Amino acid sequence: MNGALEIRLGPADLQSACEALLRDGGRMQMAWAWYPSLGGIEVCYLTTQGVRQQFALWRCNTTDQTLPSLAGITPLLGWYEREITDLFGVRFDGQPEPYPLVLQEGARPILSPLNPAYPVDTAMPFKRQPARIPQVLGDDIQELPFGPVRADVVESAQFLFFYLGEHILHYQPRLFFKHRGMEKRFEGLEPALGVILAERVSGIGSFAHALAYCQAVESACDCTIPPRAAWLRTLCAELERIYNHLHYFGHLADTTTLKVASAEGKLLEERVKQISARLCSNRFLRNLLQPGGLRHDLNIYTGLSEELQKLQREINRYLGQLSRTSSYLDRLIDTGMLSRQVAFDQGATGPVERASGLDRDLRRDHAYAAYAAVKLEVSLRDKGDANARAEVRAEEIRVSTDLIAQLLTDIPAGAYCNPCVTKPNGEGIGWCESPRGALYYAVHLDGSGKLQRVKIKSPSFSNWRVFPYTVHGSNMMDYAINEASFGLSIAGCDR
Amino acid sequence: MPMWTLLGLTRGTATTDWPLGQDDGQKNTLGMPRYHPDKCEAGCKECIAVCLPGALTSAHSDEVRLHVDYGRCIACQMCVEVCPAGAMQTSNDWAFAVHEREDLRWKQALQSPEAGNLKSRVEGAFKSSLHIRHVDAGSCNGCESELQALNNPFYNLHRLGIFLTPSPRFADVLLVTGTVTYAMHDALLATYEAMPEPKWVMAMGTCAVSGGIAKGGYSSGSGLEGVLPVDVYLPGCSPNPAAIIHALLMLLERAPQRVHDGQMDMSRHE
Repeated sequence: MNGALEIRLGPADLQSACEALLRDGGRMQMAWAWYPSLGGIEVCYLTTQGVRQQFALWRCNTTDQTLPSLAGITPLLGWYEREITDLFGVRFDGQPEPYPLVLQEGARPILSPLNPAYPVDTAMPFKRQPARIPQVLGDDIQELPFGPVRADVVESAQFLFFYLGEHILHYQPRLFFKHRGMEKRFEGLEPALGVILAERVSGIGSFAHALAYCQAVESACDCTIPPRAAWLRTLCAELERIYNHLHYFGHLADTTTLKVASAEGKLLEERVKQISARLCSNRFLRNLLQPGGLRHDLNIYTGLSEELQKLQREINRYLGQLSRTSSYLDRLIDTGMLSRQVAFDQGATGPVERASGLDRDLRRDHAYAAYAAVKLEVSLRDKGDANARAEVRAEEIRVSTDLIAQLLTDIPAGAYCNPCVTKPNGEGIGWCESPRGALYYAVHLDGSGKLQRVKIKSPSFSNWRVFPYTVHGSNMMDYAINEASFGLSIAGCDR
Repeated sequence: MPMWTLLGLTRGTATTDWPLGQDDGQKNTLGMPRYHPDKCEAGCKECIAVCLPGALTSAHSDEVRLHVDYGRCIACQMCVEVCPAGAMQTSNDWAFAVHEREDLRWKQALQSPEAGNLKSRVEGAFKSSLHIRHVDAGSCNGCESELQALNNPFYNLHRLGIFLTPSPRFADVLLVTGTVTYAMHDALLATYEAMPEPKWVMAMGTCAVSGGIAKGGYSSGSGLEGVLPVDVYLPGCSPNPAAIIHALLMLLERAPQRVHDGQMDMSRHE
């Protein structure tokens, strides 16, 4: 597979290979399954041997739909294995949490939904059943099921709290109410059309998703993009980061009851969205990317640089004032502690892992677009509390605004797109450091060059698994602040 | 804390006076492509091949060669890019809210529509105030992002007497986003049941109108089709905050419906 070194393993070799990977300082990045045309099911594990080392892809075939579970060795694989069980019917022997994850209890697809023989337009039979949830038993323990319809304008999910007074004993999020089967929708499409879907997996990550998808297709088809496209892609990716992070501060200020600071953060976010629309005709930076480059050039209007400079000054003043507000800091410091070890083991990514001392950023470690050509500082903290997560994001906004100013000074002239001819049986991995962390797309093309299988690994899929570890044993009053400090989204996770 | 009060005061007014004034905040934002049947060439199916949500289908007639259903359009502009004859053209038509689903299907205009002459659907008491309960029934979060933007200082929805409420018991309107996945179906109906009469339903975003790009998969549903009665359809992917405000004001009969037979009123005379 293009984009990673390939290693073929038998089911019996998996556990020892995984132990050796961890011993050498490596880490699992994601796992997915697909139906190769030769038969059987192949499970792929994407690994890194160490920071900044090339990706290695382990490929393991199963003919009897059974593999040993690796979740006991590297817990972050737990959700990937459960997803593969739900959507492909592969059993993982020794899986410590043998419950459905992506599909609700009571969903009974006639075939595994991601089997190509399962028709694209057929709903699966569903009869609601109570979910199997670990019970917390004891005198006076109360259970609060919150959702899936919750207060305010938020995404749907259900959160279960087991608590005593203010003290949360155990917290269990139930996600995937929004599972739309997006990966199935790619089957059989021309690679050039798949980008329209990728842009609509996670609205506030539209650009990052389109970028990772296009890079996966470009990798599968051995296609290069012109320098101008690489530059403009980098610029838009940073714009997306800025508006997302500004929204984050608006929301975090809201949970700490700073009304003006909340309004200011959301106003600044709105300004960046309006700038995005002026640049590419869409507030979410959609309808811009295609494999090979861009669909159209960016409207770099007069006054853009000045507007961005003014915005940068206002953002700096805003973030500076937040960092001097004691009532805000009081609520963040020591809240929702995530240790480096748990962050690593459970698979934290993006600003969340960088706030717990893990120095990883795909923009630097596996540079794409124009990131190899620019100066990029990676923001890092080691305390792992809500304040550290906010500080990492505040620094990232500053770095991004500097980066955009740097990029705007010398955008290369020339074409904004190269032809990208699809390659039969091509395979490729694409990635980017989205505002929320590592985002991967894996693309398998069929014999006629159409999409056979597309796997999406969104950053929130990783961080939702990590988040509960900061909630167990905390208190109700801190919950909303802690959740806001993670900056999670649900659509990308649920797909 | 006093520093924030000061900042708030020194920033002055950030709120637009739209729709009274001109600044809707959507400079350069593209909406649904406009269809020009006179330019559409016989036998050409380029646009149909690239229309993922199936908004464009073959019409097999000499006068009109395409069925255009804006209730399925995600404004991805692919048809505009591939059309060799210029029959699909970009536009700023994003205020696409309608009362009848039929009005999202393009039809040859035979007579001028009676815009603003809508039959009264809204009790007088609701015209100046409206409470909305939002339910995400399986969206990409783009629609939520724009709904959240309604309360930012630029749009400041409260100035229009419109509020988002956490409880369905206080709500006049159920605003639904997303494709209505199998897992959200029951929760959505339970929310609707919990609302007092009279109540309205608004389908926001192409996913809620028709299922959008995820229509009819193993888990994704087809929006509110056959699920709930809909009073306002607002297609778009995602509808921008100004389009949402227009749709809400239209529900309150404080703004006219601008689209009839799949065409923006001012465009049909151009």
